[in-house]
Amino acid sequence: MSSVEIARSSLDIQGVTKTFGSNGGGLLALEDINLHITPGEFTCVVGGSGCGKTTLLRIIAGLERGYSGSVILDGKRVIGPGLDRGLVFQEHRLLPWLTVEENVGFGITDLPSAERRARVAQYIDLVGLRGFEHSYPHQLSGGMAQRVAIARALVSHPQLLLLDEPFGALDALTRIRMQQELLRIWQAQQTTMILVTHDIDEAIYLADRIVIMSPRPGTIKRVICVEMPRPRDRTGFQLTELRKSIYREFFTNEDVPEDYEI
Amino acid sequence: MSATQQNATVVQLSALREKTARPKGAAKRPVSNRFIGLIVPTAGIVLWEVLARTGVLAANTLPAPTVVGQTILELGRSGELWRHTSITLWRIVTGFLLGAAAGTLLGGLTGYVALARKLLDPLLQSLRNIPSMAWVPLFLLWLGIQESSKIGLISLGAFFPVYLNLSSGMSHVDPKLIEVGRVYRLSGLQMIWRVILPAALPEYIVGLRSGLGLAWMFVVAAEIMGASRGLGFLMIDGQMTGRASIILASVILFACLGKATDLLLETLGRRLLRYKTQ
Repeated sequence: MSSVEIARSSLDIQGVTKTFGSNGGGLLALEDINLHITPGEFTCVVGGSGCGKTTLLRIIAGLERGYSGSVILDGKRVIGPGLDRGLVFQEHRLLPWLTVEENVGFGITDLPSAERRARVAQYIDLVGLRGFEHSYPHQLSGGMAQRVAIARALVSHPQLLLLDEPFGALDALTRIRMQQELLRIWQAQQTTMILVTHDIDEAIYLADRIVIMSPRPGTIKRVICVEMPRPRDRTGFQLTELRKSIYREFFTNEDVPEDYEI
Repeated sequence: MSATQQNATVVQLSALREKTARPKGAAKRPVSNRFIGLIVPTAGIVLWEVLARTGVLAANTLPAPTVVGQTILELGRSGELWRHTSITLWRIVTGFLLGAAAGTLLGGLTGYVALARKLLDPLLQSLRNIPSMAWVPLFLLWLGIQESSKIGLISLGAFFPVYLNLSSGMSHVDPKLIEVGRVYRLSGLQMIWRVILPAALPEYIVGLRSGLGLAWMFVVAAEIMGASRGLGFLMIDGQMTGRASIILASVILFACLGKATDLLLETLGRRLLRYKTQ
């Protein structure tokens, strides 16, 4: 599969600490987060609610201010949002008054219009929505809308795609299909991806590396490398073993759930 | 072609036939609904006509609908109708445009700049509570009895709904969409033009339409309080000279013109907001 030539560079998160609220009585959302992400890597950040995983993603995206430590992308410190980082939210956040085409092209208005049109068409194709260029968001299903959001985030050729529980609001079957799609897109584009989720199965299926976070204060508890070829068998022995070991990070030994089959 | 494919084609064809057959029946239903809505008014007009013709209703207080219709035709023929409606329409358009422009400016300012909202909104909200007629003496004193006081009053009527709706529409844009704008590094103006205004547009159009409605209310007041031309003057003239048919003719003309101008805005709005209905 041909891939787009995109300059890829590593991401360094160094000693990031973030406190919400007033000084003194504030809530420590993240404490001393250190993470190095290599180009082209697929990282999943897993944790329960309140572990700061979304905050971490928003800091990388440049949407959070007032934290200590630094995020360094391509040797430069991240200050504010930028087109070098694509972002997909849990909700699709498409602009309801724009068509699919206009939504996808929203961030690349600086490009000459011919190039812009070609790119938009290319990415609508990539997410499998050809024929829906002129539809409005309210005419799309949840899965389709999220595909548009992914195309919008990728169209500017970011070095890094950040996904904040992108499939959390979708039904279970659509979610599995979207995970396969995302994997296909990742393989085609070779963009570095960081996906935040609370779904352990999702992380095991997708990630090269799983970062497990624990709450109060938000810290990295463990980093697991998943060295399994893709496509991965969701019900296979290796994944089941891995799932067990991750469950143990969240629950004590006694309440590790029995093996289950999908 | 396999048997199942053939079957599928047959099914599709019959579905198509059903589709082509259905619209006639489906189209009939709304029309008949509209007819149902017309039954009572029509019966009312017929009853009114009969009662007026038989002398149950006095001709000098409630003339028959046909007489009112004749009056409108006569006014049209003599050129009086155009003389009065043209000036009324001119006042409406000028007053509405001025008021809507001021409402757009101040509504946009208070909707976008929090400090402007804090400074101006309480004052404007309290001015809104002054009954419209209470402004009349002041406007006459300040702007004289000529056109400017009438235009001023009409713009005041159009101003508040436009101001309120745009201001609240702009300040209540979903912060999640604003954040999308931030992700794409939109400048302040780009954010207004590409995110905030489109998001506030439905409310803005509601404001324009109710502003226009109030402009019509205020033009009646302005023309009653002192004018030598205009539909409001025609009405007062009818009252002074005891011709109920003239008063009723003016009322009907007000209703038709008001509806027509609202229809213009409604069409414009539907076109701008077609993403909602498509």
